[in-house]
Amino acid sequence: MIAKKKFSSRLIVGTGKYRSMTECAKAVKLSGADIVTVAVRRVNISDKKKPLLMDFIDPKKITYLPNTAGCFNSKEALRTLRLAREIGGWKLVKLEVLGDKKNLFPEMIETLKSTEILSKEGFKVMVYCNDDPLMAKRLENSGACAIMPLAAPIGSGLGILNKVNIKIIRKQTKLPLIIDAGLGEASDATIAMELGCDGVLVNSAIALAKKPLSMALAFKNAVIAGRQSYLSGRIKKNLMGAASSPVNGII
Amino acid sequence: MKKKIKININGKPKIVSENSKLIDLIKKLKIPIKKVAIELNYEILDKKKIKNIYLKSNDKIEIVHFIGGG
Repeated sequence: MIAKKKFSSRLIVGTGKYRSMTECAKAVKLSGADIVTVAVRRVNISDKKKPLLMDFIDPKKITYLPNTAGCFNSKEALRTLRLAREIGGWKLVKLEVLGDKKNLFPEMIETLKSTEILSKEGFKVMVYCNDDPLMAKRLENSGACAIMPLAAPIGSGLGILNKVNIKIIRKQTKLPLIIDAGLGEASDATIAMELGCDGVLVNSAIALAKKPLSMALAFKNAVIAGRQSYLSGRIKKNLMGAASSPVNGII
Repeated sequence: MKKKIKININGKPKIVSENSKLIDLIKKLKIPIKKVAIELNYEILDKKKIKNIYLKSNDKIEIVHFIGGG
């Protein structure tokens, strides 16, 4: 459930970095995702034959989540998302205001400002943020409809670096909590779900895998497994062993 | 002969006839209007109301669409 809308998959996939649009569309299908992130960019005026994303992924069937990737301040992000809304009337957006070109960490002051303005304008804002519980709280108070902390820097493939923070954020918020950015392999998604997250957002780990289609399927299954594991309630961690077979009746 | 004016579209200069309409330029460039958003001099245009917009000298037009992204 995001902004009162129910989605069937807990996996959101990005549509960037694929070798071709056909491959991207196939991966999206195999991942089972019903939300994909998309970027807003200039139309290529000189090359009209360039394929359009909308011809490969039908926005009527898959929810497009426009992002503000490449924006480094509130002004740019607001301009981008207002344009995105005009393309097709979307209100559900992914806010991503970056602060550094190298580590791609979110600029949280600008992110907070933008969240407030966009929410007031009626946008449903899913916010890419750092894994700071205090900042997550402030975003929630500013009207965010989903908190999306990074696992690690965008595209780094490092997996979840600070599980404790993610757990704390989970404990304090009832908003959808989605791990966004930094995952490297399917097991990272399982871990995110086992920490109690509501979903994960993956792009590079699928798009740049040796076999993206196979990895899309792996992530789909990993998210399902992780969620089920979380709901099943794990056993306690013990320092010493506890035999699985009965001690009584040993010959 | 019609007078020519210079405009800027998606960061590139373009020469068009004076008194030409924005909608005709978009059609000429074969841009699928339903799949884009248009900004004129940093103001987003309501696509339903662009029929009667004439281009002026030094107009800055941005036409954007969705592409792959994370």
